[in-house]
Amino acid sequence: MEQLGHYFFNFASLADSWGDIARAFGTTILVSILTLLLGIPLGFVLALIRLYATSRNRFLALVRFVLVFYADFFRCVPQLVVIVVIFFALPYAGLSLTPIASTVIGVGIVLSAFAEEVFWAAIIRVPKGQWEAGRSSGLGYVATLFIVILPQAAKMSVAPLTNRGLAASKATTLGSVVAVPDLLSVTSSIQSAQANPTALTVGAILFVVLFMPLVWLCRVLERRMETA
Amino acid sequence: MNEIISNFFNVGVVVQVWPLLMRGLGYTLLLTVVCLPLSVALALALACVSDTSSRPLRTVIALIVDFFRAIPPLVLLIFLFYALPLANIDIPQFAAAAIALVLNNASYFTEIFRSGLAAVPVGQREAARSSGMSWTKTMALVVAPQGVRNVLPDAIGNGVELFKQTAIVSAVSIQELLRAAQIAQGMAFNPSPLIAAALVYFLIAWPLMRLSSRLEHRAISR
Repeated sequence: MEQLGHYFFNFASLADSWGDIARAFGTTILVSILTLLLGIPLGFVLALIRLYATSRNRFLALVRFVLVFYADFFRCVPQLVVIVVIFFALPYAGLSLTPIASTVIGVGIVLSAFAEEVFWAAIIRVPKGQWEAGRSSGLGYVATLFIVILPQAAKMSVAPLTNRGLAASKATTLGSVVAVPDLLSVTSSIQSAQANPTALTVGAILFVVLFMPLVWLCRVLERRMETA
Repeated sequence: MNEIISNFFNVGVVVQVWPLLMRGLGYTLLLTVVCLPLSVALALALACVSDTSSRPLRTVIALIVDFFRAIPPLVLLIFLFYALPLANIDIPQFAAAAIALVLNNASYFTEIFRSGLAAVPVGQREAARSSGMSWTKTMALVVAPQGVRNVLPDAIGNGVELFKQTAIVSAVSIQELLRAAQIAQGMAFNPSPLIAAALVYFLIAWPLMRLSSRLEHRAISR
């Protein structure tokens, strides 16, 4: 037991590192927020474009095909692969992005693909009668969409979106692979510098403290969906 | 345009490194094939126990599941890989990777199966029990099959997530598909192997994801 304390809870060894760990924690939160701000609005806009593109027009059919392919492709490729391609492959095309930008864009794109599917599924789940009622009470297409349809769709999207948002926030740890100074990469390099795993233990605890409330939120929202 | 093709879709380069990529894919598939049944079995057991148990035990299971849903899998992997050896606890590479993936995915599968089992009417359990079946038999033969069927689309979806998630073990220098592609990129000074690897992931995951959404639509329209 004493040994366990020496290895994993040797807080004295971190005396000089708390500042670095706090900054790294801040970076993790910042990267997560940027990812959510990129992924969720982008997914929403893509779902609206897909909705608008449901007509027989040739050009719009092409737009729809591209959108569906985008959503399917990025839901099927691991987030880390997307980050690695952005960071290591795009420079060959003259496009060099910073580690943080690569991570935010990589995880954000994958999140947008999932968010698009969530919004799309919610929009088409709103009964047709709602559209007809909106239009026949004199609202235009856009007004019906925003006043009648989207509020109902939003309600159905909350639980799955929270889930996906949590997954994306956790995936920002993948940025450590391209040297984002996030909580994981900083605590694991302190660990190897000191040859003592206390730093990473602290990192892991902070991750749990950060994400556990979100997991509980997901659970509450899912329960509500199940009973609804 | 030509430059883009020779940089990102260079067939010659990909053909040259193809054996390396396929060896990587072999490791990826092996890891998936080992972790998937373990995750499913562990999750089913936990879901069955929490389906029947009293509140305290249910809460304990939920807390464990939530812990592993909250901790990012890469953190868990790095911990098993680099932290434990510093405390003189050595786990073989493959086992460490498998444990990290199983703990993470079993927690998701447990949640999925729990909601599937909850949707099986109580009468099914009562009927099985009162016709003389033991608890184990009731769960294994009556409740679990119906419960899993209820959530088959989500379970398949999570299986695909597990397959994709194996990519994180490249971070600890295990040569699965992504790592192999990065090595190939370094050898060829050309990122085409990375693009090829992305396409391989896509081609394997895509039919399964389509299957999952088709089953889901069928369940909704039924």
